[in-house]
Amino acid sequence: MSLITCRDLSLGYDGRAVVSGLSFSVEKGDYLCIVGENGSGKSTLIKTLLGLLPAVSGEITFGDNLKRFEIGYLPQQTEAQKDFPASVYEIVLSGCLNGCGFRPFYTKEQKKKSTGNMEKLGIADLAKRCYRELSGGQQQRVLLARALCATHRLLLLDEPTAGLDPNASADFYKLVSKLNLDDKITIIMISHDVATALAHASHILHIGNSKSQFFGKTDEYNKSDIGTSYICSCGGKHHERSN
Amino acid sequence: MNEVIEKLVLYFEYPFVRYAFVVVVLSALCSSLFGATLVLKRFSFIGDGLSHIAFGAIAIAAVLKLTNETVLVMPVTIVFAVLLLGMGQNTKIKGDAAIAMLSVGSLAVGYLLMNAFSTSSNIAGDVCTTLFGSTSILTISKTDLIVSVVASIIVIIIFFLTYNRIFAVTFDETFAKATGIRADFYNLLIAVVIAIIIVLAMNLVGSLLISALVIFPALSAMRVFGSFKSVIICSAVISVVCAAAGLVVSVLAGTTVGATIVVANIVVFGIFYTAGLVRR
Ligand SMILES: Nc1ncnc2c1ncn2[C@@H]1O[C@H](COP(=O)(O)OP(=O)(O)OP(=O)(O)O)[C@@H](O)[C@H]1O
Ligand SMILES: [Mg+2]
Repeated sequence: MSLITCRDLSLGYDGRAVVSGLSFSVEKGDYLCIVGENGSGKSTLIKTLLGLLPAVSGEITFGDNLKRFEIGYLPQQTEAQKDFPASVYEIVLSGCLNGCGFRPFYTKEQKKKSTGNMEKLGIADLAKRCYRELSGGQQQRVLLARALCATHRLLLLDEPTAGLDPNASADFYKLVSKLNLDDKITIIMISHDVATALAHASHILHIGNSKSQFFGKTDEYNKSDIGTSYICSCGGKHHERSN
Repeated sequence: MNEVIEKLVLYFEYPFVRYAFVVVVLSALCSSLFGATLVLKRFSFIGDGLSHIAFGAIAIAAVLKLTNETVLVMPVTIVFAVLLLGMGQNTKIKGDAAIAMLSVGSLAVGYLLMNAFSTSSNIAGDVCTTLFGSTSILTISKTDLIVSVVASIIVIIIFFLTYNRIFAVTFDETFAKATGIRADFYNLLIAVVIAIIIVLAMNLVGSLLISALVIFPALSAMRVFGSFKSVIICSAVISVVCAAAGLVVSVLAGTTVGATIVVANIVVFGIFYTAGLVRR
């Protein structure tokens, strides 16, 4: 059974659809990349999957015993966080709260899990550092470690490499691929960086207007009309930027 | 020096002075616990708005000649805390303007009522006391003391039990919601607790000065410390020390209690601000 199945989904705000006719499924171990123009509704899809936003119509089913709060999420950063006095350890640990039930405090295992995840992502030495004093790449790793504390199965990432320099982005993508391959964590990621997305992802979901939607394997996307034209347009943009 | 100590000992022989000391220290402790959250969540407006509304409520209580103002002031302030929270979060209406209207409005209505209906011979003095706290050490009865101690203990227990969740909701509300924390409930809890703290501490430092007690220690601590826990602990210590020092100074020098405590907080903020600059 699929981890997530969406049938004829319409998404939007206050009952007005932004995207409609979305159908796709995510299997265990998949690496799904969501691509599309700005404002096409990618973040809206993530918010709906997380249950932060009700779907306008259609249905989402979680299979394979996936619980509603068993999803790790890496949101786009907010302004308030930039000067927030919190240590790396405090932030990572807060990812464990979904396992707390009504318990007010963290258990020993949860603390161990947090430390383990920090080691896995190479930020163990930053544990006592203040979050606001870290580099963008380090901050993203902290938020990824927190997301890993919330799940061992499914990660949702919303443009995790926005604002990172090319090296830091490449490192981050490598880390996510490693989690996908070694730890068998299913990944759903929004990315503007199509070239890298194609290099890592197993599946692509392209969101556009109802005619230009695509869901399938990455190599099929490469051959499809939507895929080729989108890759071209993005490739062109990249070229302009590097000049 | 001996003279000073003698004077203090003399004062502290009166039970009402000791009660006042306990109440001031407890209120300062409680208000500082939630200060960091208020500042970081950009909820400071709630504290500020509420203190004005509490003034209006006190005026109404005075007009109605209630013997125990708190029975009216507490529920009114809590209801408005919830209202203000909703207004501040609503991005569609101009939340900040509406809040400004509400708080200035309740000041005006309160002042009007006090002037129109008060039978007291010293209205200006009454108004001043409500706004800025009493000019001399307060006479605190045993009942006041018990109410204050019980409420403070409840606030402190709530804070300890919800500490981890309040941190999560303050740092990243979206993530917290995604992992199943009822963020709206905790926002509500924070607003209600702030209302309780404001009503408790208002008699001591006055309604206009109370938000200083909430905001200043947290702002000072955030200048220097880099983890949430140390910020909370530090602001609690700052708040208690400033309150105790302010009270002692006001007893000795005959200054007004509330303003002296706030000035102590300003001095500490100055020190921490400089320390923060040096550290970076
Ligand atoms: N809170 C909101 N209320 C109403 N409409 C919204 C809201 N947030 C986004 N929208 C609208 O929904 C559409 C999709 O937005 P969304 O954030 O999902 O785009 P996106 O694909 O993530 O874009 P980007 O690539 O820029 O991040 C946009 O047209 C936007 O104007
Ligand atoms: Mg987006």
